[in-house]
Parts: sequence; C-alpha cells; structure tokens
Amino acid sequence: MKARVHVMLKNGVLDPQGEAVRHALGQLGFDGVEGVRQGKVIELELTETDAAKAEETVTAMCEKLLANTVIESYSVEIA
Amino acid sequence: MHAAVVVFPGSNCDRDMKVAFENAGAKVTMVWHKDTDLPKGVDVVGIPGGFSFGDYLRCGAIAANSPICQSVKAHADRGGYALGICNGFQVLTETGMLPGVLLRNSGLKYVCKALDLKVETSNSAFTSGYNAGTTITIPIAHHDGNYFADDDTLKALNDNERVAFRYVENPNGSQQDIAGILSQNRRVLGMMPHPERMAEPIHGNTEGATLFASLVGQLADA
Repeated sequence: MKARVHVMLKNGVLDPQGEAVRHALGQLGFDGVEGVRQGKVIELELTETDAAKAEETVTAMCEKLLANTVIESYSVEIA
Repeated sequence: MHAAVVVFPGSNCDRDMKVAFENAGAKVTMVWHKDTDLPKGVDVVGIPGGFSFGDYLRCGAIAANSPICQSVKAHADRGGYALGICNGFQVLTETGMLPGVLLRNSGLKYVCKALDLKVETSNSAFTSGYNAGTTITIPIAHHDGNYFADDDTLKALNDNERVAFRYVENPNGSQQDIAGILSQNRRVLGMMPHPERMAEPIHGNTEGATLFASLVGQLADA
C-alpha cells in the first residue's frame, strides 16, 4: 500500500522560498502569479494492507516527524 | 561541573563547544547520538552547531528523534541544564524543549558574520555574567535562523523575560529580532549565534566565553 503525504506551511507563516519562486516567475515573463507556496510531498511504501490502519499510522508519523505542526499542516492520501 | 556534548552525524561545532566548556573549567564527555543514556552526574548537556543528518526533512528534525535526545529531554524534565547553539537550537525546538521554530532566513542566503547582540536578561545561569542591556559581538553562521512562533508564545517569552539575546540588526527575519530564548525554568537556552567562536583572544574577543564561565561557575557553586 502506498501513502502520499503533502506538507505545507500554514497560512500566515511567511514562505521566503515561495516568494523567491514567485519573483523568478515574474522575471521570466509569467505575469499574474499572485502567490507561490512551496511544500513537500513524501511518498511512503507500506506493508499495511488495511487503508484505515495505514492512514492512522501515517498520521502518527506526520505528528511525530514528517511535519512540524508549529508551522506546517499536512494531508495524507492512501492509494 | 560535568558537561556532555552530543555528537550527531554532521555536527561540526562539537569540538569547539568542548574546548569552550573545558576552558571554563568543566569536565566534558562527548556523547554519540546512538547512545541511550547520558553519563552519570551530568550537569549540562550541550547540543552543538552543524548540519545534523544533513538538515534532511527539516533542520534538527531527525536529530530530535535520535535515542540520545530522549535522555536529554528527560534530563531537562528533571531540571537539568541544556545549551543548544545554532543547529542545537533547531534540535531543541524540534524536541519541543523550546517553543517556536527556526525557518529559512528571510533573505534566503546563508549568513556568516560577527554581529552585535543585546543581552536581554542576566537572570539565568547562562547570562548571569553579563549586564542586561549590554551589547556583545558574537558570530552567526546559518541558513535557517529565522525564529518564528505564534503571538501567544511570543507574549509568554516577553512577559517572562525569556528572550536571552536579540540581534541589534536583524540578519535573518527573526520575529522581534530574537537570537536566543530560555525555557520556562530558565535552564535550557537555545541561541543561533556561536559564543564558542568568540571565546579566546585569538577569536577576536572573549565575550562568548563569559556565557560558558557563568554557566560553569553557577553549576560548580550549586
């Protein structure tokens, strides 16, 4: 079973990397980009076969290591 | 006074920290990240600067979950002292021993230079050797030193005089120019600047040595 975790900076937390990407896009002539937020995608290969259990485990992983919930939010997709 | 300095793969200020503690009169034991226990009778644990685990995932995140960090946490919970410098500060925030987080510098660049810091409080074992309000010059060397915390946390830090140092000129976008903070019991200090790099005459000045001398002096008296 595969899981995909999206980690994003929470709203209100300044994302200087996203800002730099937005600026660079503007310089390349891509107009109309009002905001860029940069996050992470983490793919996990799991031996678990039960989707509900997998989601529970991956959520625990996010809380403990994969995201820092002071500044980041996360979402878990099980496939 | 017995200090332990934790070494992670990628630590690079561990030996400088050891020398600074030794010059202040402490006995120092180096501890590997896979060790599960701190040496018996350790008074203070130093978490050094560097790039533990290559800064993978987030700075300090992997180190914060290493076996030794469980013991460092337990040591602090028992009222033990801990000093995290640079990457060590990042590790302490990732363990939850200090609030907030260190984000990428707002200018997106690694900044390495000596900066003026204002000592905000002399009310801690780390800062008792300074007069509050004094300016000292200590180098920084980091890419992720932009301190961030929510408003309630910042208020709690300010209300309880837990900001130990502020930058005179903010180099990294840190909220309220914060360069170093204390735990609630004032026994854990995390700071981005490197006092161990301004601790001998050959470094340019010895204003960083005062921090180690204060800490070692206070714990030796205790």
